[in-house]
Amino acid sequence: MAISATRVAQKLSGALSRSFTTSRVAAANQLTVRDALNSALDEEMERDETVFLLGEEVAQYDGAYKVSRGLWKKYGDKRVVDTPITESGFAGMAVGAALGGLRPVCEFMTFNFSMQAIDHVINSASKTFYMSAGLLHVPIVFRGPNGSAAGVGAQHSQCFGAWYSHCPGLKVVSPYSSEDSKGLLKAAIRDSDPVVVLENELLYGSSFEVSDEVLSKDFVLPIGKAKIEREGQHITLVAHSRAVMLALEAAKTLAGEGVECEVINLRSLRPLDEAAIVQSVIKTRNLVTVEQGWPQSGIGSEICARIVESPAFHYLESPVVRVTGVDVPMPYAKSLEIACIPQSHDVIKAVKKVLKIIK
Amino acid sequence: MEQYSAWSGARSTASLMWTDFWELSMRALAPFMTSVRRNGSATEATFETRPYKLHKLDDPPSGTTVCTRDDALVMYRQMQMIRRLESAASNLYKEKAIRGFCHLYSGQEAICVGIKGAMRPQDSVITAYRDHGWAYTMGCSVTSIMAELTGRTQGIVRGKGGSMHMYTKNFYGGNGIVGAQVPVGAGIALANKYLENGGINICLYGDGAANQGQVFEAYNMAKLMDLPSVFICENNGYGMGTSVDRASASTNYYTRGDYVPGIWIDGMDVLSVREAIKYCIDYCTSGKGPLVLEVATYRYHGHSMSDPGTSYRTRDEIQEVRQTRDPIMLFKESIVAADLVTAEELKKIDSEVRKEVDEAVKIAKSDKEIAVQELAADVYLEPLETTIRGTTPFDPYTHQRISKAINLH
Repeated sequence: MAISATRVAQKLSGALSRSFTTSRVAAANQLTVRDALNSALDEEMERDETVFLLGEEVAQYDGAYKVSRGLWKKYGDKRVVDTPITESGFAGMAVGAALGGLRPVCEFMTFNFSMQAIDHVINSASKTFYMSAGLLHVPIVFRGPNGSAAGVGAQHSQCFGAWYSHCPGLKVVSPYSSEDSKGLLKAAIRDSDPVVVLENELLYGSSFEVSDEVLSKDFVLPIGKAKIEREGQHITLVAHSRAVMLALEAAKTLAGEGVECEVINLRSLRPLDEAAIVQSVIKTRNLVTVEQGWPQSGIGSEICARIVESPAFHYLESPVVRVTGVDVPMPYAKSLEIACIPQSHDVIKAVKKVLKIIK
Repeated sequence: MEQYSAWSGARSTASLMWTDFWELSMRALAPFMTSVRRNGSATEATFETRPYKLHKLDDPPSGTTVCTRDDALVMYRQMQMIRRLESAASNLYKEKAIRGFCHLYSGQEAICVGIKGAMRPQDSVITAYRDHGWAYTMGCSVTSIMAELTGRTQGIVRGKGGSMHMYTKNFYGGNGIVGAQVPVGAGIALANKYLENGGINICLYGDGAANQGQVFEAYNMAKLMDLPSVFICENNGYGMGTSVDRASASTNYYTRGDYVPGIWIDGMDVLSVREAIKYCIDYCTSGKGPLVLEVATYRYHGHSMSDPGTSYRTRDEIQEVRQTRDPIMLFKESIVAADLVTAEELKKIDSEVRKEVDEAVKIAKSDKEIAVQELAADVYLEPLETTIRGTTPFDPYTHQRISKAINLH
């Protein structure tokens, strides 16, 4: 069948316009979270010779989750250090290195193992500046995957957001997207106080569209500032890390039913961007918090408490509801594990209850 | 000769007296071979060091050491100052002017003074909570130490740290968690090596801490990475109320590093300690990696001020050490016998020391505490929020930045 000349012309011009597009708004840069973290580490190590990485398998193995891929090859033994499986020892040494003039990035293969070293994170690192009345600072970053992965069982699935964000002296970030990951890890490394960076293993392979600015070597995000991922006027959803994806999924479904959710990506747990949440709740008058961690004394609990103590309380049309992980250690069986982590339908149900769409 | 130990009680009183008499005689005689003039005007003298024990090392630290008159005066004064300030701290604690924990160093003075005597400006120290003597030798004034103990403004850290958290340049505290300072010290040595600044880190811990897992983790990494770390066990015979034999399957702490060479030192002899550290500095700065030292010592007071120190050891034992092995007494006898100083000069130092400590105590008692608003100061070097929540949401504090960090980089 003959193709009309017009059609051909259209196809050609379409092809031409696509290949010649220079629009920054529709930037087609795709970046995985893993690559975002990798480039953050690479750029900061290049920028400052005192920055170095230590942890299990970070060097010759290229990182247990390949976050440090290529760095040992580029920077060598001195700056990318494989440690024995001795968290207490190497976390303590990382603190000493920070006291002594370096800017270590201490990786925990997962934050579950940080419990072996938590004395160093809290007592050796976070409290030292205060105890020394400002004489000794500890410019250290503790980073690694946090929270549940898939099928790894109870001892490997805990979320440490609540525990670390509880402690003054620490700064705690919990990135979701590639932009978050790159900007916050760079900020953490440049920060002169101890920073805990709670990554997420299941997000490492996720690809996000990023602007050219994100790809630049000086792209840094402010610690302590949340991001409005989606604007809406009916209800505010606040989440961190992988739960942001969940909140966005629920928001998309709800939009199809005429409910517009404002989704706030916390980005940081300490400082917590209370002002952003308060401002949003004053606008929407309804709030649901979403997290994967356990409910008691969790991030959602803190947010509720802050809202209740803030001017936003008087704007609430309904009590705040928290959507969290189930209050049990994580089981292995697949269907049970899925049931233990909040899913889209849980968030949707919470929203509908809060908005009194369902009883 | 059987292993010398001040606390084991295994040796008879008679043999103890003989050994001490012999030692004291040797000390008195040796300097006559090399001293130049009499009447406290020798400029230097040579002393024998106490025998060292070695683990996986062929050569010991030197069997003799030269001490100048100036060094003798400095070290005597330092040890006496520590003895007096700890005694004053004990009294202040009983008067309730010092609260919480107070761990005294009396009896162990020769260790920090001997070590500091060998240290160079680029070397650093980290220790646990028995740190008042260290704060002094590393440069904190007596007034700032006493005022920190009473929690006042002129304290080293403005009263915000207390007994266990004293810091100054190249002195990383003052650490409250048993054993935690050991990997941290190894990390400081890692920074020394990385930055190629030629410094070594001296990291002290007690016989109680010596069994901590993280200590062995630090040994392992320090050895793998050839770090300039000197790990030193201050063995005073007791971890709180538990004697070394009840806590450690092996009490040869200088061998506990296994693959890390070690040295046992008599910690009651300040010159032996100093000589050993000179050796360690040579060793560690020639890229040979870490060393583990055990310094045999004794503490006269209990573990802390809440421990009378007599439920797990006899008063006789404590008295015996005071009378026969007191480090200040032994040093005094040596340097007087060697004509480096006169007894009168030392008496003068004693009264100067007493006066200095008394003045410091006066200030420590009369000085004010920092303003309550300062409780919100220096939580972060780079604070991201201007306010800090108080006990209620109604009266937040403002985060202040007061001190300048001494380890900025």
